[in-house]
Amino acid sequence: MKYDFSWPAFAVFAFFVSIVLGLSFYLGRKAKSAKGYYAAHGQIHWFVNGIAFAGDYLSAASFLGICGVIAFFGHDGFLYSIGYLAGWVVALFVVAEPLKRMGKFTFADALDSKFNSRGIKLTAAISTLIVSIFYLIPQMVGAGVLVKPLLGLPHIAGVVIVGVIVIVIVVTAGMVSTTWVQFIKGSLLVFFCAILVVMILNRGLVKETEVPQNQVVVKKDGAVTVDGKPQGHGPGEADIRPVGSVVSLPDPKQTSTGPLGPLEFIAAVQNSTIRTWSAKTAKQPDGSEVTAIKSAETKGADLLVRGSYFEKGLSPEYPRLDFISLMLALFCGTASLPHILIRYYTVKDGAAARKSTVAGIAAIGFFYVLTLFLGLGAMTSGAMDPTDNNMAAPLLAKSFGELPFAIISAIAFTTVLGTVSGLIIAASGAVVHDLMTNFGGMKLDDHGKVRAGKIAAVFVGIIAMFLGVAFERLNVTFLVGWAFNVAASANLPALIMLLFWKRTTKQGITASILVGLVSSLTMLLLSGPAFDKVYGLKAADAPVPFTQPGIITIPLAFLVLIVVSLLTQPKRVSPAVPAMAASV
Amino acid sequence: MGTMSESTRGRNSDAWAYNARVGLILFGVYCVFYGGFIYLSAFDREYTKTPSLGGVNVATLYGFALIIGAFILALLYMVLCRREVDDRPELSEAEVAEKAVEEEGAA
Repeated sequence: MKYDFSWPAFAVFAFFVSIVLGLSFYLGRKAKSAKGYYAAHGQIHWFVNGIAFAGDYLSAASFLGICGVIAFFGHDGFLYSIGYLAGWVVALFVVAEPLKRMGKFTFADALDSKFNSRGIKLTAAISTLIVSIFYLIPQMVGAGVLVKPLLGLPHIAGVVIVGVIVIVIVVTAGMVSTTWVQFIKGSLLVFFCAILVVMILNRGLVKETEVPQNQVVVKKDGAVTVDGKPQGHGPGEADIRPVGSVVSLPDPKQTSTGPLGPLEFIAAVQNSTIRTWSAKTAKQPDGSEVTAIKSAETKGADLLVRGSYFEKGLSPEYPRLDFISLMLALFCGTASLPHILIRYYTVKDGAAARKSTVAGIAAIGFFYVLTLFLGLGAMTSGAMDPTDNNMAAPLLAKSFGELPFAIISAIAFTTVLGTVSGLIIAASGAVVHDLMTNFGGMKLDDHGKVRAGKIAAVFVGIIAMFLGVAFERLNVTFLVGWAFNVAASANLPALIMLLFWKRTTKQGITASILVGLVSSLTMLLLSGPAFDKVYGLKAADAPVPFTQPGIITIPLAFLVLIVVSLLTQPKRVSPAVPAMAASV
Repeated sequence: MGTMSESTRGRNSDAWAYNARVGLILFGVYCVFYGGFIYLSAFDREYTKTPSLGGVNVATLYGFALIIGAFILALLYMVLCRREVDDRPELSEAEVAEKAVEEEGAA
């Protein structure tokens, strides 16, 4: 769809960004030391940290991506919500408290607390960098997606705008400003999404008045035609029509349900017939790209169980395996994400770490319940762009008017800012604290560490901008699913075994991180979606037949750790010398 | 912050071990609950279509239950956990910042 510049959206966006930047400059004076820059002096209040967890975690993937997948595929998108939230159980019950005790600034600190091994420092830092960059990609793609309707600018402009703003936030005040940006963003996101859900329930479901026609979009030599006419909104031009409607309601005589309660709304969708949409693009011999936009009548009952996203979209060959693997990766991934783990160093003690996680679970859980209503609301809103499922949530808001659209789009933009800030802090911590100081042995004074962290943040931000352009065509939540697979394969086995298996050795940890990282990355980059959407090759030619490698690579990393640890056990010590494990 | 005394550290070790045990038990409970959802979604999709509370199907209600269940277990964990003792003197914000600079300098 072609989007026009929206002044109200721009005004709200500019207002939010001004507040965020003003806050960063104000807080900049509090982050002069390395501990202030990377861990906010460990003095953030647990409640603020809890909501900042939500602000950090509820990324563009959660907001834009999940709503998009639910809007086009139904319950399959909600599976992401369930998996993302379930991952917090691992973080709280298994990881939070010991991690807080063992670390200082970064995830590598905790892993290396027992061994003081250069191998662990190096591999944990590389893993942090790769996972953070993988997680940065969907955030930057989300920024590009948002800027199109918000400012009427191309994808690349959104990526650059977010990149520059986030670099400024991180460089000015590090973790202190990042925490407050995430706190504000988390609060706004949950609050306004709740209001949007109330509006959806109040509108209920409305039956379509006419059957929408299928459309054909042709892109050739930079020109775009829709149904044979140039794309645009002027005379003689045509644009892709907004879609998403109800073919028939539970009561066939009704044209509208009127306001519904939360469970009534879901039951009404379940008992209706919904017009769903797909857009398939094929390259033609003359070099043009033809996209066929087609509708189908789908029973609501079929949309509200696991279904077509896995069978027709994600992995036609192994839908069940992909589903199980994705749910495993989401469950294990949260507690392995470096930018989430470093938030545990910003609070005072273990009790504050626990309490902030519970506050985070409350806010995040509530938001994920809302995503089902947002997605189903978008599915039946008549406002979706059939060629871009990432736009479902902002366009849903647009169906209620220009102001809700302006607010939701601006919040979504702030969402990207909050998450990207956290990711860049994590990545710059890995570069300076883990790689330069701990692994490389560089002698940096406190100000030197902060200065190096700021320079690293600029470089990571620039890399993120490049990747945000390269991966433009993939759904953002799908990309985050990849980041979870990598994090869960590389980091979780090492962390869990270090905590609960006394025979774990430094060689075992190093090997496990390396194998988890390399195996998951290799499988992802050789999968169908990477072939199709990133390299422009045929998905069928991809050597890896399924898209979610976690089910293989997570157990593999555990196995490698166990085998290598058993092979590298230290020689028996005299009984007078206590085992090192017992002291941890 | 200063350093914890040895006796405090010993008491805290007991609390940490107890908290870890409670965490693992609750984690196990949630794993069974989560595993049940994955099993039903993967291998008995027809059953998940069954309407239940308020006419909403099992798949959706189970999903909501997993989200709400995580929060309830988290609250339970917070109640059951033993609090660690911290006998280090409480510092003001300025002192914390000053201390951090000192620590970094020493490192």
